[in-house]
Amino acid sequence: METLELHKDISFDLNKLREEFPILNESINGKPLIYFDNAATNQKPVSVINSIKNYYETINSNVHRGVHTLSERATTAYEGAREKVREFINAASIKEIIFLRGTTEAVNLVASTYGSMNVNEDDEIIISEMEHHSNFVPWQMLCQQKNAKLKFIPVNDEGELDIAEFEKMINERTKIVSVVYVSNSLGTINPVKKIIDIAHKHNVPVMLDAAQAAPHLKIDVQYLDCNFLAFSGHKVYGPTGIGVLYAKENLLEAMPPYQGGGEMIKSVSYDKTVYNDLPYKFEAGTPNIAGAIALGSAIDFVKRISYENISIHENKLLKYANECLQDIGGIKFIGTAKDKASVVSFLVDGVHPYDTGTILDQLGIAIRTGFHCTQPLIEQRFKLPGTVRASFAIYNTVEEIDKFAEGVKKVKQMFL
Amino acid sequence: METKSIDDIENEIVEEFSLFDDWMSKYEYIIELGKKLPLIDEKFKTEEYKIKGCQSQVWLKAEMSDGRLIYKADSDAIITKGLIALLIRVLSNQSPEDISKTKLGFLDKIGMKEHLSPNRANGLMSMINYMNNYAETFKAQNVN
Repeated sequence: METLELHKDISFDLNKLREEFPILNESINGKPLIYFDNAATNQKPVSVINSIKNYYETINSNVHRGVHTLSERATTAYEGAREKVREFINAASIKEIIFLRGTTEAVNLVASTYGSMNVNEDDEIIISEMEHHSNFVPWQMLCQQKNAKLKFIPVNDEGELDIAEFEKMINERTKIVSVVYVSNSLGTINPVKKIIDIAHKHNVPVMLDAAQAAPHLKIDVQYLDCNFLAFSGHKVYGPTGIGVLYAKENLLEAMPPYQGGGEMIKSVSYDKTVYNDLPYKFEAGTPNIAGAIALGSAIDFVKRISYENISIHENKLLKYANECLQDIGGIKFIGTAKDKASVVSFLVDGVHPYDTGTILDQLGIAIRTGFHCTQPLIEQRFKLPGTVRASFAIYNTVEEIDKFAEGVKKVKQMFL
Repeated sequence: METKSIDDIENEIVEEFSLFDDWMSKYEYIIELGKKLPLIDEKFKTEEYKIKGCQSQVWLKAEMSDGRLIYKADSDAIITKGLIALLIRVLSNQSPEDISKTKLGFLDKIGMKEHLSPNRANGLMSMINYMNNYAETFKAQNVN
C-alpha cells in the first residue's frame, strides 16, 4: 500500500498504525472492512484491548475500600486513570472528574441535580437545533417537569450556529446553556468559547457535549471556562460503558448526589447518611474499573499519536472525500460549515439513504444512515428523510475513500 | 382463475432468485421489482397507514375481498419497496387463515435474511408483523 506518499505530512507510519487495530482485518460480505462509522463508535487499538485483559488477569479487585494488596493495585490504576483524564482535558483538580457510563449519563446527571435545583417554572434552558438526543431529551424532560421553556439556537443552511441570535435569546430567565462542541451529524465545530463568554456575561453556566470533540481536538476546560463538560470513552478509542463528566468544583459541591449507594457515602446509619467527598459523591456503586483504566490507555494512545497528526490526517481525508463526492456529481452535502471535523453527511440525489447504505454495506463499507440521533435537526430543520454519514478516524486511508467513492457511483448506477 | 397457494408462489420466487449468482444481481432484481410496484393512492399515505419502526417510510393498506385479504403498500426506499413487492406477491389475495400460518421461508432462501433482523430499521420486520396482525384480525372476524 503506497500510502506513505499521500500521508507525508503526518509523523507516523499509517500502515503500522492500522496494524494496531485487529478489527481492520475483518471481512464483510467477502470484502475487506472499510469502517467509516467512527462517529457512532471508533475501533480500539491493541493497547486498549490489552489493558482490559491485563486488568482482569492481574489486578482485578474492588476499589477504594479494600486493605489487601490487589485492591490497592486496582485502586491505584483506577485513580491513575482519573488523573490521566484530568490532565487530558486540563481540569484543575481530580475532584472535578467524575467517571460514569458516558455522555448521556453525564447530561442526565447535570439535568437531574444542578438542573432540578436551579430551574423553576417559566425559567429557560437554551440548547441548539443540532443537539444529539442525549443533550436534548434530558433538558426537554426537565422543562416538562418544571414547566420551564426549552429554547433552540438556530442552525443556518451550512450547519453553523447563529451566534447573533443566541445573544438575543439569553435573558435573566436563562438558567443553563448546553451545546454540542462538535456535531455528530454535520461535523460542525461550534465556537464554544464565544458561546461560553456570552453566557458568562449573563452569569449563565454552560455545559458542553464533547463526545465528538474528544477524538478530533484537544479539549482544555480551563481555557474554555465551561462549567460542565462530558465525553464518552468509546468515541475516543476507548471501551463502551465509561465516560467522564467534568464540572467546576464549586458546582459539584453545591449539587446533591445523583444516585445513592455504596462508594458515594462516608457513613451510613439507620437515620442518616453522610455523603462522600468529591469526586466520589457522584460515583455510586462499583465503577467500571476496567473501563476507566482502558480509557486511560486510550488517552495514552491519543497523546502518542498527537492531536496535530490527527488534525492533519483527518482534514486530508475530509477534503479528499468531499472532492471525490463532488466529482461524482448529483450529491447533496448536509453540513458545510467552514470549521468541520471529519464527518461527511450526504445524500445521493433521488436515492433514499437507506438504499444507499444497504448497497455500501454489501461492498464492505460501514457507514450510517438515518437521523443519527438528531431527528429534530435532520427531519424538522433540514426536512430530510435521513442522511448517509461517513465519519473518519486516524486509521482510515485515502484508498478506502476511493473504494467508497466507487460504491457511491455504483449506487447511482443501480438506482437512477 | 385459480389463485396459486402461498407455498407455490414462494417456490417460484426461490427459483427466480436461484438464477442470480451474486448479491449485486439479486439487488438489481429487487430494485426492478421496487420500481414496478404500483404506487399506493396518495390519500393512503397518512399516519393511519404508516408502519412504525422504520428508517424508510412504509405505508400498508389491507382489505378483505371475497374471503381474501388484499394488501397494498408503498415505501420511499426502493429496496424496501422491492421486498414489499415480494411480500405482496406471496401474501396478497390469500385467505387470512393461510396468511397467518405461513413462515415466509422464502426470504431466508433467497438470501435476504439480513433484512429480517429486528435491528434493521428497514420496516420489513414491522411490515410482516402488521400484515400478520391484519390476517389475525380478519381471521377472528371470520370465525365470529
